Amino acid sequence: MAGMSDAELREMTQEERAKLLGMTTEQLTGRSLFIEFDPDAEERFTYPWAPDVDYNKRIEIDTDAMTSTEVNSKARSLMEEGYGTLVVQNPRGKHGLGVGILNRLNLIFDGSLGYFAVGLIDGPNVRIKGRVGWSCGENMMSGTIVVEKNAGSTFGAAIRGGDLVCRGSVGSRTGIDMKGGTIIVGGDTGALSGFMMQRGRMVVCGNAGKNLGDSMYDGTIYVGGKIQSLGVDAIEAELTDLDRKWLTRKLSQYELMPDAGVDHFTKIVAGKQLWNYDNLEPTEKKLIL
Amino acid sequence: MAGTQYRGSDIKDVNQFLDDSQGLESKREKEIGQHIGYRYDVNLVPDYDRITPFLQKYMETMGWDDLNWLEDIHMGYEDGNAAVFDRNVNGWVRVPDTIALPDNQQDRDMIARELLLKFQMSDRHPLVSLRKAYTKF
Repeated sequence: MAGMSDAELREMTQEERAKLLGMTTEQLTGRSLFIEFDPDAEERFTYPWAPDVDYNKRIEIDTDAMTSTEVNSKARSLMEEGYGTLVVQNPRGKHGLGVGILNRLNLIFDGSLGYFAVGLIDGPNVRIKGRVGWSCGENMMSGTIVVEKNAGSTFGAAIRGGDLVCRGSVGSRTGIDMKGGTIIVGGDTGALSGFMMQRGRMVVCGNAGKNLGDSMYDGTIYVGGKIQSLGVDAIEAELTDLDRKWLTRKLSQYELMPDAGVDHFTKIVAGKQLWNYDNLEPTEKKLIL
Repeated sequence: MAGTQYRGSDIKDVNQFLDDSQGLESKREKEIGQHIGYRYDVNLVPDYDRITPFLQKYMETMGWDDLNWLEDIHMGYEDGNAAVFDRNVNGWVRVPDTIALPDNQQDRDMIARELLLKFQMSDRHPLVSLRKAYTKF
């Protein structure tokens, strides 16, 4: 490399320069697990380890004097006993309630919750009859969460699947880094909502704050009200008939369908100008160093 | 290199990545030898008129009015084969050749959802072994 002139280096392709340095490139595609589906697999709707619960088997627990860990452990043991509907009384804004539930379950919180409420869940239907703090539904995999009042910032951070609904308004950075699923906000959302969104759908019935969808890679944001400003690489797209049909179904389902319908919604997607796919990039960085 | 404009090629046909497994079209894709972007439309919302009885039964069992997390599941294409990405193992799972593929992405997506669901809930899913080895509670 030292013996090469700048002109000679310029004439080379990136790959030739990398090879000259003795560096190899990495093929990022074709990393299959080589597992095939079994077309005759048994019909099953819950994980093999998940306890069998009955939605009609209902229990109420008063959590006033319990810690978050005690409440979560209690919920697990009740599922083992077959309870499918659990009503949590007096949650009193405790943090981390209802996290990590990987089974179908009707979970009702009769009050407000603190930070990281019902994060990492995979299956349950949760109703929160109050407000929630930061990061409600963080890393949620599947299921539904309905918050009756307002929610704090980073609502649905890194959500991967399921429906996360807030009937009121939410703070900033809603759906930050979301990788799937649907976030629905009945009211307004704060600044930087959909920041670095990668997949999934966000529906805001009210207004959206500054820098909506900043640096989003993919996914879709629908806004019914005004957008204060769009973030870097977030662009407006055409609302299709399929979008209208899906929005109508989804919003009606959660009784958030605006009187004016869905035609006025603005659809925001990624402009895909920030995409950076280059399997030689690590080599280039080494060259600079 | 962050901030560069590496636009991928558009998806034109449902069989595009079955007929041409590499799918290198744009100048940049040919240069780096890698297709840019997904091999299917990740933003395609499901058409509920095409839902299958199995998926309907799943929704009822879970107490959901829609496909929930399965709305994000699509049939993709890897190395010229139909495949579905399983987030729980972070890899592609192939669709056997014995399964006939419909001529549109919506119906293919419904098949992908059925196959993935049955696989994730089965004893042969890698998560079962991982859980046995590493579960804490």
